[in-house]
Amino acid sequence: MSAKTLDEPARRFEELLGPGSVITDPVRLRTYECDGLTHHRATPGVVVLPESAEQIAAVVRICNEYGLPFVARGAGTGLSGGALPRTDGVLVVTSKMRRILSVDVPNRRATVEPGVTNLAITEAVRDLGYYYAPDPSSQQVCTIGGNVAENSGGAHCLKYGFTVNHVVGLEIVTPDGDIVELADVDSGYDLLGTFVGSEGTLGIATKVVVRLSRLPETVTTLLAAFEDIERGGRAVSAIIGGGIVPAAIEMMDALAVEAAEAAVACAYPEGAGAVLIVELDGPAEEVAHQFGEVTRICRENGAFEIRVADDPVERAAIWRGRKSAFAAVGRISPAYIVQDGVVPRTALPEVLARIDGLSREYGIRVANVFHAGDGNLHPLVLFDDAEPGAGERAEIVSGRILDLCIEHGGSITGEHGVGVDKSRYMPKMFSDDDLDTMQLVRCAFDPRGLSNPGKIFPTPRLCGEVPGVRKGVHPLVESGQAEHF
Amino acid sequence: MEALHETGVTVHPATPDRTVGGVLPRWVALPESTDEVAALMRVSAAHDLAVVPAGGGTKLGWGDPPERCDLLIDTRRLLLGNGSTVEHSAGDLVARVSAGLALDVLDSTLSRFGQELALDGVPRTGTVGGMLATAVAGPRRFRYGTARDLLIGITVVLADGTIASSGGNVVKNVAGYDLGKLFTGSYGTLGVITEAVFRLHPIPADRRWITVERVSQAGAGHGTAALVTELAAALAEPSAIELDRPDPLGAPTLSALVEGVAAGSRAETLRRLMDGYGSALITAEAPAWWAVPPGADVLLELRVPPAAAHLALRAVAARGLPARVRGSVASAVLRVALPADVGEAAFAGFVTGLRDDLRELGGGLTVLTAPPEIARRVDRWGPSGALPLMRRIKERFDPDRRMSPGRFAGGI
Repeated sequence: MSAKTLDEPARRFEELLGPGSVITDPVRLRTYECDGLTHHRATPGVVVLPESAEQIAAVVRICNEYGLPFVARGAGTGLSGGALPRTDGVLVVTSKMRRILSVDVPNRRATVEPGVTNLAITEAVRDLGYYYAPDPSSQQVCTIGGNVAENSGGAHCLKYGFTVNHVVGLEIVTPDGDIVELADVDSGYDLLGTFVGSEGTLGIATKVVVRLSRLPETVTTLLAAFEDIERGGRAVSAIIGGGIVPAAIEMMDALAVEAAEAAVACAYPEGAGAVLIVELDGPAEEVAHQFGEVTRICRENGAFEIRVADDPVERAAIWRGRKSAFAAVGRISPAYIVQDGVVPRTALPEVLARIDGLSREYGIRVANVFHAGDGNLHPLVLFDDAEPGAGERAEIVSGRILDLCIEHGGSITGEHGVGVDKSRYMPKMFSDDDLDTMQLVRCAFDPRGLSNPGKIFPTPRLCGEVPGVRKGVHPLVESGQAEHF
Repeated sequence: MEALHETGVTVHPATPDRTVGGVLPRWVALPESTDEVAALMRVSAAHDLAVVPAGGGTKLGWGDPPERCDLLIDTRRLLLGNGSTVEHSAGDLVARVSAGLALDVLDSTLSRFGQELALDGVPRTGTVGGMLATAVAGPRRFRYGTARDLLIGITVVLADGTIASSGGNVVKNVAGYDLGKLFTGSYGTLGVITEAVFRLHPIPADRRWITVERVSQAGAGHGTAALVTELAAALAEPSAIELDRPDPLGAPTLSALVEGVAAGSRAETLRRLMDGYGSALITAEAPAWWAVPPGADVLLELRVPPAAAHLALRAVAARGLPARVRGSVASAVLRVALPADVGEAAFAGFVTGLRDDLRELGGGLTVLTAPPEIARRVDRWGPSGALPLMRRIKERFDPDRRMSPGRFAGGI
């Protein structure tokens, strides 16, 4: 579709939203050409900045009139290209929808607009003794609307679960432009759970009701240094095997530690081949007991240094290196790919050894940072983009790591989403029938395929007519409950 | 029927004990694998047979009666691909389970490794598939969530015989749509669940219940509300907070469960808190009514925002029927049992009136089970703004309406 054919819808958007909320200037449009996955770029046809669900619904209805694809975007921190715009379509940016509509402590929930940042929710309720549990690393900037689309996790989801476990209600604009409320108190199919994690392909969340969690009585964070990753891995297995579910268990290998040191001078123990961060939270006595167990297990498995943090300042010092790890590798490598894959936790030692093998085979360094408790790997594949062929080799290593995850019964993404980046891997993880069945859901919500098309699924089939033979009048039509299907 | 027998699956005529909401199927099939279910579904599609999946039959009377039922698919002989009923990866705290497996068998398999599927309040003679299809959950939902929160992978057979899976064997996984969410609580209207993969938990080291009988009420329902709020926010972190009110005019009993390390001293903390509302007792065993439905014949489920639970209790009492209320008061999911002889008109008035009251509170009501003769005039499910979307999903998954037709919300 040429830019010209967007002129008329763009004028309609201006009438609807006011000229200040519609961007058509090519230079300004480029601001939105990518999300956190910067090597996929596409300049959106037009950008709109609505301020309400009604405005989003009206925008979507106009898109339907012209057959324009639309993509929703929050802060654009996604790492799978889920918010990659369409050059022939509309980018719906939620940055003007940043109000916390209500904080309701008796009901342990908050109602927020989709552009509110993840951390803003916690900041609004912390003094009341509550917080919002899912904590993706980008929580200072990422929006709750994006979290809903991606079913975001974070370091603490080992114990507390993902976005889907903490969202109790949604208001959505369907791909047809209807405003629909989905609530956990409703009867019928769990459309709330189905919508969360659908990466913008089933509509746009315009209001999010989240569950607030009580701040725990005690939090203790422990850092243990091991000579190598095998010893660290054995400690993780023993902790989980011992019936302890920590709030988080994170591991970094020597290369990741080196990068973090270079970036933020986190002063992790010298000579560590692996650093393990374990966070325990809950009732004081339980935490005290588990802390004893975890320290014993770490020592038994060869930890040569253990540090403990009991207050927020010390805790931040321990977490600083881990939280900076992705960006930090920029200090030790001109370019890098952040990978996100999952293996059963017990397969970690073997998979890490295989990643090491791939690294040697292709001459590409891989720094490993991972959520060890749930087997979620974030290998950072390092390369020099000035070196001919290095980028291609890094891509191969990155892809082979995903193959390893699939081979071990894991997943191609634990928290970053499929987006455009991994849709080609979906057929390796799922059969055609699996994917076609998922498409039934897509077609029920979005028969015209206008809502974030080209994401998740490699080759979406056309929805067309509902398959199957019709037999007489539908009972719902007959009873007057529905007009037509 | 010849075509059904040609699948090689054991099929026999249905006996009167296999009725579904009063509807007698023509045949019962006992498939032993997902492939056999698929073969049955293909034959059913070719011959326009209406199908109802069933497990232990503990909740087969729930939901509306099916409009028709030709074939009952009994899942209890189903095996996984490797010929077993459970693939337990103890080190990963994950288990793949056949949908036909009885929960008590699963419990004993997992407990040998000190692990459990943290879902209570479900009859243990019932199957995994039945539990998922009805989305039943019990007291520990307050800490662990419900089936949809613990389910990490699912395999289903659709109306046309297509076998589909989503999720997988790992807890953390966001690849593709989560069909498990869609099928959990779908009452057999989208397909047959044949396998499920669950996240497991370590069995807590210790447990204590702290119970106050006849919570003192400073103003009707007020004492209960205050105590529930305090318990839900308690730093001793109870796993469950349950209420039982046998008589609409009486004061309720409240009981909280503390699990894990130091359960004894944490229970003591809660006892001190609860003592202000009556005489609190700590026990190592659950109260007799714990996780038991308040009735079997006429059973409703009320759901409201947590802080409105006491208002829901008041609304039930105001309806003037001898309603027993029990359930997860901190999550505000309560069950209401009425006598079997409540009568059609009284039942309809109760459901309609209470539903209106709950809507005012931001909640809803579902009739889980009630004999057809008294429930004829009521909508068992209640309204939902998302019904048009639900109908579109049904239409895509089962265009010919052969999967448990008419059993679900909005006549789905």
